[in-house]
Amino acid sequence: MTAYRPDALIASDISAYLELHQRKSLLRFLTCGSVDDGKSTLIGRLLYDSKQIFEDQLSALENDSRRVGTQGQAIDFALLVDGLAAEREQGITIDVAYRFFATEKRKFIVADTPGHEQYTRNMVTGASTADLAVILIDARKGVLAQTKRHSFLAHLLGIRHLVVAVNKMDLIDYDQGVFDRIVDAYAEFAQSIGIQDFTAIPISGFRGDNVTTRSDAMPWFTGPVLLDHLETVEVDAEIDRIKPFRMPVQWVNRPNLDFRGFAGLIASGTVRPGDPVRILPSGRTSTVARIVTMNGDKDVAVAGESVTLTLADEIDCSRGDVIATADAPPQAADQFKATLVWMDPAELLPGRAYWLKLGTQTVSAVIRAPEYAIDVNTMARAPAKTLALNDIGVAEIVTDRGIVFEPYAESHDLGGFILIDKLTNATVGAGMLDFALRRAQNVHWQAVEITREAHAQQKGQQPRLLWFTGLSGSGKSTIANLVEKKLHALGKHSFLLDGDNIRHGLNRDLGFSDQDRVENIRRIGEVAKLMTDAGLIVLTAFISPFRAERAMVRSLLPDGEFFEIFVDTPIEEAERRDVKGLYKKARAGEIANFTGISSPYEPPRAPEIHIDTTRTTPEEAAEQIVEAIMGVWSPTL
Amino acid sequence: MLQMSAMDSATASPSPLTHLQRLEAESIHILREVVAEAERPVMLYSIGKDSAVMLHLARKAFFPAPPPFPLLHVDTTWKFKAMYELRERSAAAAGMELLVHRNPEAIARGINPFDHGGLHTDLWKTEGLKQALDKYGFDAAFGGARRDEEKSRAKERIFSFRTASHRWDPKNQRPELWRLYNARKAKGESIRVFPLSNWTELDIWQYILAEKIEIVPLYFAAPRPTVERDGMLLMVDDDRFRLHPGEVPVERSIRFRTLGCYPLTGAVESTADTLESVIQEMLLTTTSERQGRAIDHDQAASMEKKKQEGYF
Repeated sequence: MTAYRPDALIASDISAYLELHQRKSLLRFLTCGSVDDGKSTLIGRLLYDSKQIFEDQLSALENDSRRVGTQGQAIDFALLVDGLAAEREQGITIDVAYRFFATEKRKFIVADTPGHEQYTRNMVTGASTADLAVILIDARKGVLAQTKRHSFLAHLLGIRHLVVAVNKMDLIDYDQGVFDRIVDAYAEFAQSIGIQDFTAIPISGFRGDNVTTRSDAMPWFTGPVLLDHLETVEVDAEIDRIKPFRMPVQWVNRPNLDFRGFAGLIASGTVRPGDPVRILPSGRTSTVARIVTMNGDKDVAVAGESVTLTLADEIDCSRGDVIATADAPPQAADQFKATLVWMDPAELLPGRAYWLKLGTQTVSAVIRAPEYAIDVNTMARAPAKTLALNDIGVAEIVTDRGIVFEPYAESHDLGGFILIDKLTNATVGAGMLDFALRRAQNVHWQAVEITREAHAQQKGQQPRLLWFTGLSGSGKSTIANLVEKKLHALGKHSFLLDGDNIRHGLNRDLGFSDQDRVENIRRIGEVAKLMTDAGLIVLTAFISPFRAERAMVRSLLPDGEFFEIFVDTPIEEAERRDVKGLYKKARAGEIANFTGISSPYEPPRAPEIHIDTTRTTPEEAAEQIVEAIMGVWSPTL
Repeated sequence: MLQMSAMDSATASPSPLTHLQRLEAESIHILREVVAEAERPVMLYSIGKDSAVMLHLARKAFFPAPPPFPLLHVDTTWKFKAMYELRERSAAAAGMELLVHRNPEAIARGINPFDHGGLHTDLWKTEGLKQALDKYGFDAAFGGARRDEEKSRAKERIFSFRTASHRWDPKNQRPELWRLYNARKAKGESIRVFPLSNWTELDIWQYILAEKIEIVPLYFAAPRPTVERDGMLLMVDDDRFRLHPGEVPVERSIRFRTLGCYPLTGAVESTADTLESVIQEMLLTTTSERQGRAIDHDQAASMEKKKQEGYF
């Protein structure tokens, strides 16, 4: 085995060599494959063949290979790559690892991501910064579910270049027929998920065929060998440069009163002093005065550079703002359709607020229940109530203020975001904005206060008070219970106040005199109002016989939140049912002030919902009420 | 001297960014994110070449302001004299406050590399670092580690989360996507941030050359007093060096590929006294960089273990 052999130019003319190497570009790529596809071996082989392995590393590798290797006495290249002690014991890689190597033409950063089922998260992480993905297929096994999953994820994350490396060709006698069949099968699948183009290469990572040098064993293959291909594909940064100028402001540099610079990394486009720019979201305009660096002012800066700009005018601009070309600025919005990848063991809680970080903006965001989840093995869409670890789905997102964005397909910097749990601070998900559902009404920054609206927004609903009124035994509680069950099933946050939980606690000091009945309703109204302030949908089931008290409760709430539901059962019918035997007792004079018998009931004149229980079953009534509530649901939530 | 034309001053139609320009932009972006999001950042400054590059990047990131955080040197009292000299000069040139922390317990117990072996690193560096971070209440600390140095570093995040007791949990790291870093943490917890994660040793040298960054002269060959022990060439930097009976320092032309506590740092015999010739030698050599550091010589997983315990 031979270790690192330096380039002849290094010895003969170091300055010429360094000059050459300073001009190199950078390609970031990702390797993905299943546990046994030989991914680590391929990377080890690339490091080895591109002379990145030193003598001491080689001797350590030879020792390790004999001790824990899986290749008998031969060198196990995978050991070069598998890092953590824990994974060496398991014989598999468990996280994203980054490797570096360089050739005459390029420097490479390789993200190595594990292939097994539960690690969609790692692959998405590695894919987010990659210009290219190498999808490994074991020639003996062909296109597997994992192959499809990796390709789908690479495509989802917007990787432009896909390489299908059919590995272990040595184990199938370098059979062209097998290779062609695998490529045909892959092409059919690729087309079905919208992959336009890919490059297929038959290789053996273990033996080195077609990795860095052309294989004599496969004269039938005329395409590029892997390394040649990696050295020549176009890098993303070059493509971003021709787009309109955008720079998210990271930090305002204000060392003294005379200098005010805006520091950031240029997401796309080119900028020169004198260029007209617009600050988003305020929309104010100015022109670029200087591009300041420690090595002197620059005449031009391009996508991918970190710069400090000064503007010709004193205008408001701070972290989170985006400086953009004046005539083609990005938009701001506060509602989006997004594709999400869930990365936390605790599942997504629709309606709960998370921190959303996009570019240099961090806002509070509520994710609504997913529209559907995507099975990464079959690409099938299935309805979903939530997303668990490694799930992918599409959902609407509502932010608490407008954010400046572009669809992910146009800009990874202004369309890719992470979600952060507000309590644990963990990064729980990542997402890609597909499009805005409406433009932001109010794009001004606001102090985050826990308002009535904030409570409701966090629950993904609008507060309601569903006030059931009707005679004793009319069916109020029965219907209210059914309504609450349906709301609960819809993921709504509700609470039912009825005789059982009020009369025995809060109001146990009250009797049934008219005065006590009024106080009873007043207290229930106040409690219900507080609960709607907390964002809940409150249901109350009390006879509440007097119009004045019901009107008083109505007046406590904002317009449109109070729903009077008249459970209309004629007294004859209620008395015939007499579920609790109360009418009998009342007729016998054992209960004083009994509504409908010894105390009046004032039916609502214009209830929001009128239920005639002689024509409607409780189930139908509940259905009708939920429909009415959801029907007037604001389309914004 | 080589010049990076596109990096220094602009041209009318800029050429594609080189790998060094992309690395520089990424590191500056990381430095600024931390300053924007952390309450009390600090830069750990070890005076080596990686620290020199990191400090230079910080100066560029915040120019014309000085970097808005202090430098912290967790001292062991056993560094090379030349390192202490550059430390003061670099901090002054950057206009930054320099904090030096020496573990009082290690001082009191007279911990030294001759008598105490692993305890030396543990008390001065690992414990010293924790003490300093706790003492000043820093919630984010920049370190100059690179992923190409060592296998366990290859999978560490750029923003690496530490518990309130400074422990690193390799199985519970936050995913890092795109250019988005999550710097949120609970009170008492902190993050280590590695702006040079994606740099290689060659990148570091090329950047030092292109940007004319001052580094400790020990990286360049010169005649120095040395002794040979266990296959390592050690420099006798002051009279605290304990010579074995019969051992006499010999003057050799040496330089260092990495710098630490002088009794623990092996030199290489060399005549390379310019940056170009150092790089040339580095590229022609056949052993990897960390071989000169005694700390890594035990089992392969040693660094990972040290890191879980809080070593940088």
